[in-house]
Amino acid sequence: MAVEILEDGRKRIRAPLGDEDVRRLEAGDVVLVSGVIYAARDAAHKRLLEMLDAGEPLPFDPTGQIVYYVGPTPERPGKAIGSAGPTTASRMDAYTPQMLELGLKGIIGKGGRGPVVREALKERTGVYMAALGGGGALAALQIRSQRVIAFEELGPEAIREMEVEDFPVWVVNDCQGRDFYGEAVAPWRKDELLPEEFRLGTKA
Amino acid sequence: MGEVRDVDAAEITRAVRDLCMEINYTVPDDMVAAVKRAREKEESPVGRQILDLLIRNQELAAEGEYPYCQDTGSTVVFIDVGQDVHVVGADLTDSIDEGVRQGYKDAYLRASIVGDPVFERKNTGDNTPAFVHTRIVPGDQIRIQVDAKGGGSENKGRHAMLKPSDGIEGVKNFVLRAVAEAGPDSCPPGIIGVGVGGNFEYSAILAKRSLMRKVGQPNPDPRIAELEAELFETCNALGIGPQSLGGTQTVLAVHVEMMGTHIASLPVAVNIECHAHRTGTKVI
Repeated sequence: MAVEILEDGRKRIRAPLGDEDVRRLEAGDVVLVSGVIYAARDAAHKRLLEMLDAGEPLPFDPTGQIVYYVGPTPERPGKAIGSAGPTTASRMDAYTPQMLELGLKGIIGKGGRGPVVREALKERTGVYMAALGGGGALAALQIRSQRVIAFEELGPEAIREMEVEDFPVWVVNDCQGRDFYGEAVAPWRKDELLPEEFRLGTKA
Repeated sequence: MGEVRDVDAAEITRAVRDLCMEINYTVPDDMVAAVKRAREKEESPVGRQILDLLIRNQELAAEGEYPYCQDTGSTVVFIDVGQDVHVVGADLTDSIDEGVRQGYKDAYLRASIVGDPVFERKNTGDNTPAFVHTRIVPGDQIRIQVDAKGGGSENKGRHAMLKPSDGIEGVKNFVLRAVAEAGPDSCPPGIIGVGVGGNFEYSAILAKRSLMRKVGQPNPDPRIAELEAELFETCNALGIGPQSLGGTQTVLAVHVEMMGTHIASLPVAVNIECHAHRTGTKVI
């Protein structure tokens, strides 16, 4: 099964994911990702979509897969990988709808997504999850192996196939259109200390 | 005073190399203390969990196998050269870049710089060029401070030429807006550097320089220190919290630097440093 619900409420997922799997992941869920994921960030996405436009086959089939926005540090001898935390996801907003059209189901990054991506996640039944931004050393411990499968010349931006084990993330944007950042912040805003334009009127 | 002291450029290279290698693994004590303080004060249980993870990440990185963050930054170098120093043996800028080149390679740090911003964007492969700010100061020493500056938080920097009539309220709102709009993208909690006054470019440099202070050390001018304290409170009132999962600890400190300005101008710049605050200093 691609989504396993653990006793403590966390969910463990493993690609490939289908629509039914994605529907079981909701904003705010803590998710442990295991199995194969694909590392790709700015330059790799640009190249992938150029290949697509040129009618060339992609280096991996995105159908049902999970892409992780990461550019790791070089690995030390004997280590699977260097530091490998997430990069800012909104820079990939321009590419994401097309990736979802190709069948991509899961995305891991950090930071907010724009309205176009949130809509595309609903329409294509995809999920956006955030890993610990700036926690690159901890992230490395959950990555068992990696190999470059395309664009080696891009260095840290090459596409990598990674094997991860219980890599922790939380669901930010689910396929229902929810945005966990907005939901999580609202109860903590102290309107009484802020100028009008920053008030949310949502004090818990 | 007066006697000219020769400094071999190789010493500058070595200092920059060593700093790059050290700071990417060992977060400075003042930052460690600031995160611990935030952990004590955070009211959100999720926020506390995140801060615990950041503390573990600091400890793990300090063991020396994995850099604190995979974005080992652009290399920002503040170099104060005593006016009685004569640098010999190599070009000053080249000797700094050589230190970056060596440090990033030897410490398994990521090359994160492209050679041009819009044409090929080809990675230079060695994290050069460094972004160097040079000052000539009294004395016969060279002081070098290096900051490994993350791209995610750097992208959330904001700059504006406000009107003098916008006044201090305009400055406060501009800072708050920058922090609110940065949201999760700048990896909170971080340090908010603010430069007010000077001219177009000086305000930005003031903001960046303010990040080089010890975390939370107030500006010596009590009026500016009061502004820092107020902004610290209002930024945290935004409720963004660690990783923007909600909480009371959105910023670890707000540092403001000011300077005289033109009668027509009120420049303001905000430069955000994420929790991966990696800086260190050496004196030659």
